[in-house]
Amino acid sequence: MLKVEQIETFYGSSQALFGVSLKVRAGEVVTLLGRNGMGKSTTIKSIMGLTQVTRGRITFNDIEIHHLPSYQVARQGLGLVPEGRQIFPNLTVLENIMVGAANRGGREEPYTLDEVLEIFPRLAERLKNYGNQLSGGEQQMLAVVRALMTTPKLLILDEATEGLAPLVRKEIWYGLSVLKARGQSILVIDKNLDALMKLADRHYVMERGAVVWSGETDELADNEELKARYLGV
Amino acid sequence: MLLFIEQILNGLQLGVTLFLMSAGLTLVFGIMQVINLAHGSFYMIGAYVAATVTALSGSFLLGLAVALPATAVIGMLVEAIVLRRLYKKEHVDQVLATFGLIMFFNELTRIIWGRQPLFMDVPSWLSGSVELIPGIPYPSYRIAVIGVGLLVALFLYLMFTRTRIGMQIRAGASNREMAGALGINIRLLYTLVFGLGTLLAGLAGVMAGPILAVEAGMGESILILTFVVIVIGGIGSVRGAFIGALLVGMVDTLGRAFLPALFRMFLSSAHADGVAASVASMSIYILMAIILIWRPQGLLPAHS
Repeated sequence: MLKVEQIETFYGSSQALFGVSLKVRAGEVVTLLGRNGMGKSTTIKSIMGLTQVTRGRITFNDIEIHHLPSYQVARQGLGLVPEGRQIFPNLTVLENIMVGAANRGGREEPYTLDEVLEIFPRLAERLKNYGNQLSGGEQQMLAVVRALMTTPKLLILDEATEGLAPLVRKEIWYGLSVLKARGQSILVIDKNLDALMKLADRHYVMERGAVVWSGETDELADNEELKARYLGV
Repeated sequence: MLLFIEQILNGLQLGVTLFLMSAGLTLVFGIMQVINLAHGSFYMIGAYVAATVTALSGSFLLGLAVALPATAVIGMLVEAIVLRRLYKKEHVDQVLATFGLIMFFNELTRIIWGRQPLFMDVPSWLSGSVELIPGIPYPSYRIAVIGVGLLVALFLYLMFTRTRIGMQIRAGASNREMAGALGINIRLLYTLVFGLGTLLAGLAGVMAGPILAVEAGMGESILILTFVVIVIGGIGSVRGAFIGALLVGMVDTLGRAFLPALFRMFLSSAHADGVAASVASMSIYILMAIILIWRPQGLLPAHS
């Protein structure tokens, strides 16, 4: 589904990614792991067309997307839940949910409003509130729901539960497990290794702008040296 | 009392004309972060195109129907050719470039239409007057201008609050990058917003055509008032532009009408008229200063 091949990305003259490669197959949940500043968010921004890729190739369902502007990448079927949530504060919750729904280019069976609100029912009570009137947890749920309404073939979450209270994190992980059960492909960044290992099928570990390890959940669980060296666990 | 009501209506008419101008300018600044000094040029283009088509065809409505798309298309071309290169530049670059556009359009109109002003007649079906209140006949054309301005305000309100494109425009104004990541074509949206802004400026120019002389540079005088309106209303806020435009229209009109009489109460007539004219011309700037002291972001700032 998503194939990232040897991409290099620069911020000005400073190189951030050094030949990153990864794959996400249909129906898979894949994680990007690593300490802060290792290039995980830059990889996601590069996939989404928010940062220019200098070298390498990104394809999504065999279509080259690395030269496309972000709105065309999104219309190919990639839905982003960005770091910091980036809810539109001047739109109501309902408007935030619906604003991207017109640009559906993804799955054959689009999510409906009722379906996405079933995953995070707390939002159903806040539809008329403005985005900036929500708690951090509600904003994160809204960011997931907003991305889902674009009916993505691949949902990408950058720091899925960062800065959230434990109970809210639980709700987010539950929501993601519901999506996985429905066959939703997911690429996720987070620091909560336990939750990620319960949810994900495969993992990529990044260090200084490059992928240094990739493997399945069982392999990661058994590799204490890797976790200690690159993930600080 | 009759004079007061008549001046209130005059203030309302100036206010809605300023609203048509300021709605477009504040939209462009609020959403695209571009200071467009050439906004007055589209007011002038609208007036010139309408005056020419009306003179050739004898139909004011045809003049209006041609002028609106013409200003919108010219606006979108200017956005695509000139302004698109300025989005990531400093505001001073935008000011210089759009000031250059003012000179370009002023010279272009002189080349095409000459140095003599054009005069548009009020359409015959709007040339009479209507007694809104018994004993106060008021020109039908000015009532039509007020009506058009209020309809545009209603249209903009409904467009922004009830339509998907309005929602997308507000999302793009709040976070351009995120809107793009949700599949919204921001570049196209900007072009459409700019086209809408210039269309509204063109509409203001058409409506002002039969009241003022249509001449090169006519956009600059109203542009200053327009900037005062959007500063008072809150930059980027269409609701603020509406309130600000009505306030400026009223204060300017009532000041010019009643300050001479007020000053004559304690000054000689000759002195009173001179002082009143000076104070009246300063009144909207005094109003702006007072409002900015009270609310530095303007009355209804965007995203509040």
